[in-house]
Amino acid sequence: MISEFKLEITTPTGRVYSKAVDMVTLPGREGEMGILPQHAPLIALLGDGEIVARRGDQEDRLLVTGGCVEITPERVAVITVFATPEDAIDADKAQAARARAEARLKENISPEEVALVQASLTHSLAQLKIKRRPPQR
Amino acid sequence: MPSTRDIRRRIKSVKSTAQITKAMQMVASSKMLKAQQGAINFRPFAAMSAELMSHLTQDTDDYRHPLMETREVRRRAVVLIGTDKGLCGALNANLFREAARYAPATTRFIAVGKKAAQFIARTRRTLVAEFSCRDTPTYGECQAISKFAQDLFLKGEVDAVDVLYTRFISTLSQQPDQRAFLPMGSALNLPAEGAASPGLRAGEPKRYHFLFEPDPATVLDRLVLYFLDFRVAQLLLEAKASEHSARMVAMKNATDNADQLIKHLTLEYNKLRQANITKELLEISSAAMALE
Repeated sequence: MISEFKLEITTPTGRVYSKAVDMVTLPGREGEMGILPQHAPLIALLGDGEIVARRGDQEDRLLVTGGCVEITPERVAVITVFATPEDAIDADKAQAARARAEARLKENISPEEVALVQASLTHSLAQLKIKRRPPQR
Repeated sequence: MPSTRDIRRRIKSVKSTAQITKAMQMVASSKMLKAQQGAINFRPFAAMSAELMSHLTQDTDDYRHPLMETREVRRRAVVLIGTDKGLCGALNANLFREAARYAPATTRFIAVGKKAAQFIARTRRTLVAEFSCRDTPTYGECQAISKFAQDLFLKGEVDAVDVLYTRFISTLSQQPDQRAFLPMGSALNLPAEGAASPGLRAGEPKRYHFLFEPDPATVLDRLVLYFLDFRVAQLLLEAKASEHSARMVAMKNATDNADQLIKHLTLEYNKLRQANITKELLEISSAAMALE
């Protein structure tokens, strides 16, 4: 019985995460999905939220906005434009990204780009929210 | 026989040329680092999306996106990604040699970069649009190009779209490369560039029957457009990395050549100066001798 699988999270600026994990929870567009090894092949769209990867007694959390996921029995590949590990969130950077996105929205841009800039805005807002949240542990 | 003044003047002019090429080399090398990093970082994403798209198109037989429709190719559009500025060695020349292979009568060109547009105008081929793009391509720019190509295809003006760009291999080596862009299915039979996940590569070809959430049509509609836009982005990044690398190398060569020329001219100048001094001494001493 295989008890782990590979989780890969890829963005245009590189591979954000690539590790063997026991279980992962994904923010699907239709609701949260918990994926265990040997899952049936599935392609799904992602919404906005957190990816929680569990390996042993450790937990990695990544913030993700939009994108999609391809699940095969031995691998889960997340392809998205916006993914940030939660321990790497930088409040200043997020603030700057937010300002950039807001400025861009005021310009005359195509609907597809609006969707992308909106996502970028959502992503930076979510980062700021997590930063403000008091530490849980 | 040039005079010492002529040689001095030449040395001065070569020196100032060397200074300029040196400065351009510096600029290009800093841009090159950024562009190369951008292109390399993008590769896994591109490989993954290509893989995902190939799975998507395989398993959604009952739903065809209009951009996936394969027709008999009577007319073709080619997105030619050149550079805006010259002074980058043989990069554009190599690229345009490939471009010249397309039959002029049935090919329409979409130029990216001034040099590409100039080439098409000069060789009297059909240019339908010209785009320009900055050193770091923005999503808006990629989308404009991708959208234009899609429109041509959907209106039936062309039956296939290719992209011709310069693939970045290393700082010293770049290669013109052609990729099918539309219809969608054709883009996917090609091996995905860059390192795809090794686990999957090893066990190839494994065929899965995917489920879709929410359903194939929604997933496909949402992903196809982004996939195409990001594909343009990837090729633009590769082309930019190639451009700056080629320019860096070209400028480095120019600087080296100028330095060598200066060395050579300085030697010539010193020889001539020596000869002049000797000649003058000879004249003085022979004049003195004549007086005695």
